[in-house]
Amino acid sequence: MKKLRKYIDKIKPNFEPGGKFAKFQSVFEGFETFLFVPNTTSKSGVHVHDSIDSKRTMTVVILALLPALLFGMYNVGYQHYLAIGQLEATSFFTTFLYGFLAVLPKIVVSYVVGLGIEFISAQLRGHEIQEGFLVSGMLIPMIVPVDTPLWMIAVATAFAVIFAKEIFGGTGMNIFNVALITRAFLFFAYPSKMSGDSVFVRISDTFGMGAGNVVKGFTGATPLGQLATQTSGTVQLTNTVPDAVGNYTEITTWDYFLGLIPGSIGETSTLAILIGAAILLFTGIASWRIMLSVFAGGLAMALLANTFASATYPGSFVTPFDHICLGGFAFAAVFMATDPVTGARTNVGKYIYGFLIGAITIVIRIYNNGYPEGAMLAVLLMNVFAPLIDYFVVGSNIKRRLKRAKKGGTV
Amino acid sequence: MADLVKIKRGLDIPLVGEATKNIQPAAKAEMYAIVPDDFHGVVPKILVKSGDEVKVGTPLMCDKNRPEIKFVSPVSGTVEAINRGERRKVLEIVVKSDDKFDAVKFESLDVNKMEPQAIKDTLLESGLFAFIKQRPYDVIANPEVAPRDIFVTAFDSAPLAPDFEFVAKGEGKALQAGIDALAKLTSGKVYVGVKADSQLALTGCQIVKFKGVHPAGNVGVQIANIAPVNKGEVVWTLSAFDLLLIGRLFATGKLDFSRIITLAGSEVKTPVYVKTVMGASISSIISSNIKEADYNQRIISGNVLTGTKVSAEDYLRAYSKQVTIIPEGDDCNEFVGWATPGCGKFSVSRTYFSWLFGKNKKYNIDARLRGGERGIIMSGEYDSVFPMDILPEFLVKAVIAFDIDKMENLGIYEVAPEDFALCEFVDTSKLPLQQIIRNGLDALMKEMN
Repeated sequence: MKKLRKYIDKIKPNFEPGGKFAKFQSVFEGFETFLFVPNTTSKSGVHVHDSIDSKRTMTVVILALLPALLFGMYNVGYQHYLAIGQLEATSFFTTFLYGFLAVLPKIVVSYVVGLGIEFISAQLRGHEIQEGFLVSGMLIPMIVPVDTPLWMIAVATAFAVIFAKEIFGGTGMNIFNVALITRAFLFFAYPSKMSGDSVFVRISDTFGMGAGNVVKGFTGATPLGQLATQTSGTVQLTNTVPDAVGNYTEITTWDYFLGLIPGSIGETSTLAILIGAAILLFTGIASWRIMLSVFAGGLAMALLANTFASATYPGSFVTPFDHICLGGFAFAAVFMATDPVTGARTNVGKYIYGFLIGAITIVIRIYNNGYPEGAMLAVLLMNVFAPLIDYFVVGSNIKRRLKRAKKGGTV
Repeated sequence: MADLVKIKRGLDIPLVGEATKNIQPAAKAEMYAIVPDDFHGVVPKILVKSGDEVKVGTPLMCDKNRPEIKFVSPVSGTVEAINRGERRKVLEIVVKSDDKFDAVKFESLDVNKMEPQAIKDTLLESGLFAFIKQRPYDVIANPEVAPRDIFVTAFDSAPLAPDFEFVAKGEGKALQAGIDALAKLTSGKVYVGVKADSQLALTGCQIVKFKGVHPAGNVGVQIANIAPVNKGEVVWTLSAFDLLLIGRLFATGKLDFSRIITLAGSEVKTPVYVKTVMGASISSIISSNIKEADYNQRIISGNVLTGTKVSAEDYLRAYSKQVTIIPEGDDCNEFVGWATPGCGKFSVSRTYFSWLFGKNKKYNIDARLRGGERGIIMSGEYDSVFPMDILPEFLVKAVIAFDIDKMENLGIYEVAPEDFALCEFVDTSKLPLQQIIRNGLDALMKEMN
C-alpha cells in the first residue's frame, strides 16, 4: 500500500489548480479518498471525531440492500424459467446467473450515468465528490421491472440526478428521493413499460441464456396487477403459470413473504428486505421511528379498509399483513421512507411522516384503480410534506419556549 | 425541579489514558503567561511593558471596552515579553517567575460583612471576575448587569477530566467562601450542579445532583434542566474549579492561582494529577511524562472536546483544567478505511465492528477528522447527544442562515459552543459546529448591543 500511496502523492500535483489535469481534481480527490481515509486533522473545535463518515454510511446502506438485490436476481431467473416451463430442469446456479446477467447491465447503466453527472457537477462546483448517489444508483435498478430498456434507465437517471438533486445543490439538499424520481419519470413517461402484465417477467433470453417459449396460459401478472384488474368481490391471487391440469394455484402469504412472485427486481422478498432493515437499524443508520410507523400506518389503513371491505375495491379484501408483504410496500418502508435527507428530521415528525406514507400507500393501492401500487407516490408526496411536518414540530418547541419566557423564571 | 436530574442523551467518549488519583507536583516552571485569546470577545489593552516587576495579582491587561475587567499575573516576577503575531495582535504576555509568589494585598475580606459592590470590586480588581461568564453569548459577564441566578458546575464530565471533589479536597472553606461571595451578587439563587454521589457540603446555595453521561457537567445543560434562560434574562456561570480561586481569596485574603489538573491521554506515560499554576509553561507540566514517538503528537490545553491545540512551548490556558495528549494521526494512511471491519475504531453507530467489544473498551483516538465535510445528511444525530429542550440541527441551520428571529425562538440564548461539542464529535458530515455557534453568538451580540 505504501507504493500506491507514494504513486498517488507523486501524481497529485498534476491535479491541483494549475496542474495538467486540474479539470479532474474532484474526480482525483474522489478516488484518493476512496483509497485512503483522508488524514487531515482537526484545526479547530473538537480534537477527536467519531469514525463514521458519509462513505461508511453509504457502504452500510448498500450492504443492507444486498440481500434484496441478490434475491431479486435469483427471482428474475426463477420467474423466467417458470414462465418457459423449465424451472425444474434448471439448476439454482443457472437460475441465479440468468437473473444476474439480466440485472447487471441495469446497475452498470445507472451508476455510469448517475456518477458521471455527479463527477461533472462536483468539478463544476469545486466540491468533493459526494457519496449519495452510490445508494441511489443501487436503488434505481431494484425498483424497476426487469424488462425496462437500458436507454430508458439512462434517460430517467440523468433526469432525476440533474433535476431532483444537482439543481438543489447536491447530496443533502434534495427535496425528493432521487431513486423514486427516476421511477416516477419512467412511470409517467413510459407507462407501458412500467406496469401491466408483460414487463415484470422476462421472457426473452439474456445473452443467449435461457431461451425458450412461454408455457401455455402464462399470464405474467403481478399480484397487485391482478388486484387492479379484478372485477368480482372474491379475490384470488394466483401464480403466473397454470399447473398440469390448467388450474392456477393460489399464492399464499408465505409466497409474498419469501418473494418468489413477479414484481420489480428488488421489491418482492419481504424477508430479504427485513434482513436489510435489521442491518440498517442495528447499525443505527436508518430511523426506526420512520420504519416502524410506515408499517403501522400501512397495517392500520389496510385493517380499516378490510373492515369495510367492498366489492368495488377488490384490494380491500386482502388482509393487512398480506398488504405489507405485497408490492413495494416493505421496500419503500425500509429503504425509501428512511432517506434522512428527504424525510422528516424531527423525532416527532418522523412518526407522522412514516405513518402517513404507510396509510397513503394503502389508500392509493386500494381506492385508486388507476395505480396498482401506491408506495412510490406516497413517499414522493410525503417528501413534499416532510418540511411542513417539521415546521409544526419545531413550532411547538418554539411555543413551549415562549410560554416559559412569559411565565418567567423557574419552571 | 427534581433534586436528581438524569442525563440520558449524551456520550462519554471512552478514551484511554485516564489519570490515576495521585497528585504529583509539576516541575518548576520558569515562564508563565496569559493568553488574550482565552477571553473571548475581549479586546486586550496591555498595562505592562517588558521588564516590569509584577506580583501575583498585578494587572497585565484589561478589556479595552470595559477597562474594569482586568487580567492579572498568576505569579510574581518580571514581565519577560509581550509576544505579538500578525497585525500586532497580542498572542501572550509572558512573565518570568521569581518563585516567590508574592501576592498583591487585599484588605479585610470578610464576605459576610462586605457589601455586594465591594465583593464585585474585589473580584474585578483581583482579575478573578474573568472566570465568571454569562449566558447569553457565553462571554465574560457584564459586571453592570445583575444576574437572575448564578450557576456553578461542580464537576467536569468531559473525557479524561479531573474529579473536582478529589482536586478540592481540603478546600471546603475556600469553596464555601466563594459561594457566599457569589450569593451576594444575585437576588436570585446560586445553583451548584454536583455529581449524584457528591460529598460536597455547602450552604447558602441550592445543590442539584446530576446523574448520567457527558455533557451532564456542562453548565449549559445544568441550566437547561434547572431554570432555562429566557430572552432578556442574564445568568452568570462558572466552574467550581475557578470558584476555588475566588474562594481562596475571600477565605485567606491571598490570591493563589495554583491548580490541580490532570495530565491525561493515550500519549502520556503515566497519566496523573499535577499540581501547577495557571499559565505555567506546558513543558513544565509534561516534563518527561510523554511517550517517545516517531509520529506526531497533539498536546491539548483542556479536554479533547473544547480544548486548544498547543505545543510544549506554550502555556496552560486560563480556563484549562487538564492537559490532554493524543496522537495527531496526520502520518497515518489508512487504505480503504471505510470498508474495513474497524474493530478498533470507535463509533457511536454500530457501523464498525467495534461494538463487538462492548461499552467498556477504551479507545486511542487520534485527531483525524476521518471523513470529508458534507452537507447535513443524517438526522437525529445531534439530538442524541444534546440533553436540552432545543432542536440542535434547526438551531445550527438558523445560525448558518443568521436568521435572528429563528435563532432566538430556537434557544440561541441558552447555548454555548461547548454544548455542541459532542454533536461535532458524532457528526457524520464533519461540520465545525462549535465554530458555527461561536460565530453566530458573536454576530448576534454585535447586532443586539
